[in-house]
Amino acid sequence: MVESYRRRSPLASFGLPARAAAQSPEAVADADLQLGERPHRCQINLRGNPQDGRFLEAVRNAAGLALPTEPNRVAAAGELKALWLGPDEWLILGPGGRETELVGTLARGLQGQHAGATDVSEARTWILVAGGRARALLARGIPLDLHPREFRPGHCAQTGLAGANIILQQTDDRPSYEIGVTNSFADHLWHWLERGAIDYRVAISV
Amino acid sequence: MLLISCPHCGPRAEIEFAYGHEAHIARPTDQEKLTDAEWADYLFMRKNPKGVHYERWVHARGCRRWFNVARHTVTHEILAVYRMGDPPPALDR
Ligand SMILES: [Zn+2]
Repeated sequence: MVESYRRRSPLASFGLPARAAAQSPEAVADADLQLGERPHRCQINLRGNPQDGRFLEAVRNAAGLALPTEPNRVAAAGELKALWLGPDEWLILGPGGRETELVGTLARGLQGQHAGATDVSEARTWILVAGGRARALLARGIPLDLHPREFRPGHCAQTGLAGANIILQQTDDRPSYEIGVTNSFADHLWHWLERGAIDYRVAISV
Repeated sequence: MLLISCPHCGPRAEIEFAYGHEAHIARPTDQEKLTDAEWADYLFMRKNPKGVHYERWVHARGCRRWFNVARHTVTHEILAVYRMGDPPPALDR
């Protein structure tokens, strides 16, 4: 991991906290789209065989999580989430700072198994897209059907947006979406989102 | 644009996938006995049917898993999706 004092969000140059602070309360209340960054999360890539009860039990003991085995679903327990990424692969998401302890606990619990836990917290940041226009904005670039009959809170998907590979999850019915994007594509994707939202009343959410 | 059913993720747009060419080509085991012509056949020669083609795809921008597809090369209709390692399904088309 990177020492916390050296951590810099890939969107730091946009000055989002300062922009958020400069917004009038009226503009925030009137906004039909919230954009923001949720950087520096604990992110752990987990590999293992979900048909193996020992694997599932080790993860449950270490993280308190029952891994979702249904594709493209999210399981939550306390402050941790597990996103399905593949038939033997998940992304554990949590608050920043937990990664070192959690990856260690998982690795110890999985010792001797054909399984692995890798700290990938520095790989990507997360962008929030929320509010009444969120679905319309994402529909301009995402080849998935985001209608609630198809994609709801607790669902996730890996797909492409504006040339970037992303992990998408919906977190509530406003609707709020979170987009996991590699640091190297974050600047480009933020530009694309702000440009696409040029006709909307945007508030920066930090 | 094809709509391809990933065995894990369900129907997704073609732009999420990458094509892996003809399926069911096994690497020769008796390699030291192979002639140049047989090597060339293994490496380069591929079927090009007007009809059902058995081919590999990977859900590159999704779950990143490989699978097999039986696709009609004239209509682009996807007639079957099946796992890596499974034999090609018999299709009378
Ligand atoms: Zn898939």
